[in-house]
Amino acid sequence: MIDSYNYAFLDEGSKREIRRSILKAVAIPGYQVPFASRELPIGRGWGTGGIQLTLSLIGPDDTLKVIDQGSDESVNAVNIKKFVKMCTNVPCTTRTQDATIVQTRHRVPEVPMRNDQILVLQVPIPEPLRIVEPKEEVTKRMHAELDYAPIWLQLYESLVKYGKVTISTEYPCMVEDRYIMNPSPIPKFDNPKLHEAECLYLFGAGREKKIYAIPPHTKVVSLAFDDVPFEKEKLQRQKMPSVRQYRHLSGRNL
Amino acid sequence: MAETPVLQVEHLTMRYGEGCPHCKDHLEKNRCTVCGTVWAANDISLEVYPGEVLGIVGESGSGKSTLMQSLYFDLIPTEGKAYLQNYGEGKKNIWDASPLEKRKIRNNIMGMVYQNPVRGLRMDYSAASNIAEKIIAAGSRNAGQMTARAEELLEAVEILTSRMKEAPKNFSGGMQQRVQISKALANNPSLLLLDEVTTGLDLSVQARVLDLIRKIKAKYGISILLVSHDLAVIRMLADRTIVMLDGKIIESGLTDQILEDPQHAYTQQLVHSLL
Repeated sequence: MIDSYNYAFLDEGSKREIRRSILKAVAIPGYQVPFASRELPIGRGWGTGGIQLTLSLIGPDDTLKVIDQGSDESVNAVNIKKFVKMCTNVPCTTRTQDATIVQTRHRVPEVPMRNDQILVLQVPIPEPLRIVEPKEEVTKRMHAELDYAPIWLQLYESLVKYGKVTISTEYPCMVEDRYIMNPSPIPKFDNPKLHEAECLYLFGAGREKKIYAIPPHTKVVSLAFDDVPFEKEKLQRQKMPSVRQYRHLSGRNL
Repeated sequence: MAETPVLQVEHLTMRYGEGCPHCKDHLEKNRCTVCGTVWAANDISLEVYPGEVLGIVGESGSGKSTLMQSLYFDLIPTEGKAYLQNYGEGKKNIWDASPLEKRKIRNNIMGMVYQNPVRGLRMDYSAASNIAEKIIAAGSRNAGQMTARAEELLEAVEILTSRMKEAPKNFSGGMQQRVQISKALANNPSLLLLDEVTTGLDLSVQARVLDLIRKIKAKYGISILLVSHDLAVIRMLADRTIVMLDGKIIESGLTDQILEDPQHAYTQQLVHSLL
């Protein structure tokens, strides 16, 4: 551990400010709380939001697990682990059960999380309405006025064009019947894990300077029409065709 | 007519500038020569009755579109009140409504067809989605019902349902206007606002759109506020007509009366230029 830096890199004032923003986010599930995103020795867009949440929450008794690109061994995950370990000296693990804080991008762990664990998600674009409205002042007003028709229209357009909703990641969900939230770039396969979960989910977007949260036992419903229910990806393994079947299907004589 | 009006506008005023005590006496066209304030709409009052088509005619800059856009909340008027039969039992001023109520009025009570389809349609979305947008905004979350309604309305405006998946940017101007009309009708509004719907279309397409509006009026019994600078359009559709000039109403009455026996010099000039 490097002693020349403050514990967990950030100064205590910064950590306090981030923790206050986290408390507000927990109090209003799904609401994006602005915060003063700090400079870190990692470029914006490489998980700085998640790292700031982790650094402001972590203590000497914690155990950290980091997943990036869905893997504990990706370059970014290894670097984040090294960085946090360097400035806190907390143990790191690859076992979800052993971790108290799990920082992740692209996946929610398969192992169900407990109520003494926190899942920190790194978020590139926190605003679920950004796809339909580029202006921040307008999206803020849309959230305030529950004006979510454009995002429903996006889903309907997908149905009209392709016969199904084609969003595979960042599938928007409604939190406690109030705020539509972007569940970060997790596959929609992971969306149901957010509903009535035991653990606290925290979402940090360093570049966009936003924090939002899903506290334990919160209602999180993926958007779906009354007659077109939400569907997860089907991950059934398909059998490879034999050479004979391939010849028959393609009409090619190999 | 002793009926309750579908729409009642009282003293609508829209000015660009602070205004001054001399504004009333020193207007050159609709601009105050002392303070430079532009009075885009100046003390406009009107009523639209159930099943009626009220035509508004006037030259460019006379305040027709200001009136329409104020009614559809695209502009916030400086002064004035407007009441809708289907909002607050006709006793609440629509311009005092909350943003949520204004959205409900836009989506459920009124339908708007703009002169430029780019303003009224999402050009990159399919025709079906354009119609569904209104239905979604009104609170429906049933995709099947939305599709059925889109089919019904596109049929009503004579667009092949096989083209409902196509984006309006691939349609002709007349077809785009017809998609706009079907979108405006999506939630069975009690009032349809038509702002220069035939401007820029060639004569045969104009005739088709006007014929369609006539059919819609006959079929749905809807009240229509029709803005045009074309007297032929007004003659064809409007029951009553208001003539506007420099932001003010200068003449109003039955359409035949206005066209056959115009009283104001400007109306006379307008009618003569038509003939």
